[in-house]
Amino acid sequence: MKRITMILGHYGSGKTNIAVNLAAKYRQERDRVAIADLDIVNPYFRTKDSLDLLKEKDIRLIVSEYANSNVDIPALPQDMYAVTDDKGLTCVLDIGGDDRGALVLGRLRPAILEEKDYENLLVINKYRPLTADAESTLDVMREIEAAAGIPFTGIINNSNLGVETTADVVLSSVGYANEVAKKASLPIFMTTVREDVAKQLIGKVEGLFPLTLQKNFIERKIH
Amino acid sequence: MADKVLMKGNEAIAEAAIKAGCRHYFGYPITPQTEVAAYMAKRMPKIGGTFLQAESEIAAINMVYGVASAGLRVMTSSSSPGISLKGEGISYLAGADLPALVVNVQRGGPGLGGIQPSQSDYFQSTRGGGHGDYHMIVLAPSSVQEMAALTVKGFELADKYRMTAMVLADGTMGQMMEPVSLDFEVTPPPEKPWATTGTEMKRKHNIVNSLSLVPEELEKLNIARFERYELVKQNETMYEEYMMDDAEIAIAAFGIAARVSKNAVNEARKMGIKAGLIRPITLWPFPDAPFKKAATHVKEIISVELNMGQMIEDVRLASECKVKVSLCNRVGGMIPSPEQVLDAIVKASK
Repeated sequence: MKRITMILGHYGSGKTNIAVNLAAKYRQERDRVAIADLDIVNPYFRTKDSLDLLKEKDIRLIVSEYANSNVDIPALPQDMYAVTDDKGLTCVLDIGGDDRGALVLGRLRPAILEEKDYENLLVINKYRPLTADAESTLDVMREIEAAAGIPFTGIINNSNLGVETTADVVLSSVGYANEVAKKASLPIFMTTVREDVAKQLIGKVEGLFPLTLQKNFIERKIH
Repeated sequence: MADKVLMKGNEAIAEAAIKAGCRHYFGYPITPQTEVAAYMAKRMPKIGGTFLQAESEIAAINMVYGVASAGLRVMTSSSSPGISLKGEGISYLAGADLPALVVNVQRGGPGLGGIQPSQSDYFQSTRGGGHGDYHMIVLAPSSVQEMAALTVKGFELADKYRMTAMVLADGTMGQMMEPVSLDFEVTPPPEKPWATTGTEMKRKHNIVNSLSLVPEELEKLNIARFERYELVKQNETMYEEYMMDDAEIAIAAFGIAARVSKNAVNEARKMGIKAGLIRPITLWPFPDAPFKKAATHVKEIISVELNMGQMIEDVRLASECKVKVSLCNRVGGMIPSPEQVLDAIVKASK
């Protein structure tokens, strides 16, 4: 694994959830892992929602103290420079949606490019209306890449329909993901799937990454 | 499967508006509805529409007035504090009998309040909101699918009755993501012979105006408007009844509160308590009939709301004070938990 893994993508593509899951996996292999929440676009659905879990797994959380608070201002954490300065730290960067979110990388860009130890990953979901086909996904990708100023190194296929995701939903997205990857000349880094659905896809999808840690805010059942 | 997409509630409103033929959107950013504007900013230029971020909410609603006068489907969206700013413009739309769609993705108040979900603009929406005698048609979605469907319905009803329709959502509805089908029938706008579309020197010019200085004439306009409102009450009231046939305890809830309540009703049934749910979909006109009927066979109606008790007044009126009506609520951006609603049901059943 690279020292820095950046997770970027269209708004609502599933970046935060993937970042938390990936950091948990990296923590199994490395002692010092951090997740940096650099979202300056959306005050909701932040890594802070997973605070207890990250503490339990001993993953450092770098996040603005205003995230998930009622202060809806774009703010960056003061310790974000640990990402580039602390070379012993393995970092997963959760970046805000679209090109507006990717702008935040401007400050870190020179150091990341100089160190050359990074993955820059684009999360895609065929079932989001503005990235429903390869062409529109590439448009979004180019906008994000231009704003970030760091070339992408791979694609994460996170195609899903939320609670209605089935094995067929994921399988129907493979052709789309391959087309995006081919047109962008990038490898598919992994295919992320909700854990219960992933079980049905073992051996059918390459690079399957089950999302074991999943937040469901609304349909909470009574215990 | 193939025809569904995964959308945020706010995005679903924007895309549904486009499907309904809306090509003019005027707005101003405010959490938690900003995705409506952001989505429109991306989509409108691609389909030959107009997206304009106005200099203020007040400017935006007056731009809506302009496009509505020209007879086209038009909308604006905001969240609670921004809707207050639009109040004057909404009153002018009513005074000029103009059809338009206004979306309110509510947040906690009063004042600037917070950015978490709330239903505390119930009074403001169902009683008009601005000055003068008027009503809006108020639609309350409780899923992302309904955010889309009621947006389309809102445009249709606005045109049919020359009224402002409001989609009254909340921060949860706006932010949550669910699979949506955008495949619905849209009734095209009716002829609008009153619209200011240019006379081509072939007819008398039309005037769109909310100023009427002769009291006899203004009275006549007000009475005619309320006759139209009566038609809306008769024809357009919408609600959902869930397990009400044999219910002994009824929940009254709309929007996100209804979703939480449905969970609690299911749990109560498992415990052997005959609970049911009445979910108003139109908040104005308010569905009196199911509550009047419920009052004949339930022990208690529990109004579950994200406010200090606003809809509860309409529930009392509709049930003609023949049955006990109690409140189960959270405020300030908090949502009642299914456990809290279940506790209220259990308490009422004893």
